[in-house]
Amino acid sequence: MSRLETKLPGLTLKNPIMPASGCFGFGREFSQLYDLDVLGAIMIKATTEEPRYGNPTPRVAETPAGMLNAIGLQNPGLEKVMERELPWLSQYNVPIIANVAGSQVEDYVEVARTISGSPHVQALELNISCPNVKTGGIAFGTVPETAKHLTKKVKEVSEVPVYVKLSPNVSNIVEMAKAVEDGGADGLTMINTLLGMRIDLKTGKPILANRTGGLSGPAIKPVAIRMIYEVSQQTNLPIIGMGGISTVEDIIEFYLAGADAVAIGTANFSNPYICPELIKELDEYLSANQIDHISELTGRSWSKDGKRTYYCS
Amino acid sequence: MIKKEWMTVVSQQNIAKNIYELTLQGELVQEMNEPGRFVHLKVSGQTMPLLRRPISIANIDQTNSRFTMIYRAEGEGTKLLAEKKAGDQVDVLGPLGHGFPVNEAQTGETAILVGGGIGVPPLYELSQRLNEKGVKTIHVLGFQSADVAFYEAKFAELGETYVATVDGSLGTKGFVTDAIREFNLQGDILYSCGPVVMLRALEELQLTKKGFISLEERMGCGIGACFACVCHTQNDPTGTEYRKVCSDGPVFPMGEVAL
Repeated sequence: MSRLETKLPGLTLKNPIMPASGCFGFGREFSQLYDLDVLGAIMIKATTEEPRYGNPTPRVAETPAGMLNAIGLQNPGLEKVMERELPWLSQYNVPIIANVAGSQVEDYVEVARTISGSPHVQALELNISCPNVKTGGIAFGTVPETAKHLTKKVKEVSEVPVYVKLSPNVSNIVEMAKAVEDGGADGLTMINTLLGMRIDLKTGKPILANRTGGLSGPAIKPVAIRMIYEVSQQTNLPIIGMGGISTVEDIIEFYLAGADAVAIGTANFSNPYICPELIKELDEYLSANQIDHISELTGRSWSKDGKRTYYCS
Repeated sequence: MIKKEWMTVVSQQNIAKNIYELTLQGELVQEMNEPGRFVHLKVSGQTMPLLRRPISIANIDQTNSRFTMIYRAEGEGTKLLAEKKAGDQVDVLGPLGHGFPVNEAQTGETAILVGGGIGVPPLYELSQRLNEKGVKTIHVLGFQSADVAFYEAKFAELGETYVATVDGSLGTKGFVTDAIREFNLQGDILYSCGPVVMLRALEELQLTKKGFISLEERMGCGIGACFACVCHTQNDPTGTEYRKVCSDGPVFPMGEVAL
């Protein structure tokens, strides 16, 4: 087994690095830049039952060490994703994690039922944390009971393991994690974006047409680290960590906090080759630091038998 | 093919108020085969600004593996870019998007090229290619004022050139559409790049049967993956049909996208 091979519910990953949902479309664009086979997995863009246009533009605004986005879950809808995107993406030897979104419980259930039945989908990522839609999204991700109920309903119909994507816009992240664990979640992905805003000094109005947007990029990394640190000590669920990762050092930090795999989001925009670069560099880092397997690092920042010196370079 | 390369600055010149002409050298130039496409530049190795900057290509010199951009140093990213000097390296991703179709104009025809402000640059490479093909070009360049105007002389070498400025400090006082009316300009095909209000006015003018327009929009990835720069179509102005400015465009046939 390689130093990077990672097994998670429903997923056997060549390496633990994957593009995060919403930052990679359905893979077509990046396939023009490099062979998608190198990726650990692909988290495809959120899919809703009906096609969605999303929000008016401007949809992005830059911030210190980050960006705000308010795309609004634009996607071609379940039918087209099933007929067109998934079969196309299946030409690559990469596990597909399908991000599922909706406005109400029934929508999520319907999308989850159908898309989890696709032979090309290995796991679901339940999107209860999108901050950019009027209904659904984050509304399901801030009240523990609601999140638990939705997770349970989706689990009842899903043919593949379900990872729940947590929102950082809550006062108690551990409570949310435990709620979805009670609901039957097989894993967690965290964190989604932080709700934010920028105002244009010339117009005096918010820059984003949607007014608010989700903050991502290096600016939110400490929030993600803290939340994974807290949650990983309180649940048994595997965690795919994300939030501002752009270097191998960031990945190591996520592992030390308690992550079992990682996803790369915004960094794909500033460097479209970031995923393959990090996959290579992570292997080199482990080798240089005599770490036999990446999983040895998980949770070392809090585990009692941690051998921290072992991981110093 | 899209490539990422550290290209070398050959020259950087301030050619009008806050307007810079930057020439880069590198292998990536060999991929540039169409006017109107753009490059996506990472101007800083730091996290601010985090995103790349889309800049249009004004001139392609494949013999010397060089290309030129003209941009306005206005925001944080372009101001940093303006500090680059000969010999510096710049992280370039490109060429991106779909450009102006030169083949839509036939030899012997007249093309009207209309640019507004920082939308003028891509028309320069386009005009050279049209002239090489034996297409007559008429240029109409719109600027805010004389101090931000550029390349009038270079365009004049390629064909009739008219300038309009909002404050009247150079050429016709008013907009490009005022100059078009004043000189009763006519042609077979229109190519344009500039602000949306200008493009909309040109569409309403119905100057030619055929036309192609290039849009500007805030972008994230620049390759079509992030859905930041999406616009509606005129067929389905409020529905779910869309075009991505970065990868379906930035050039669209006139009448295709909702302006």
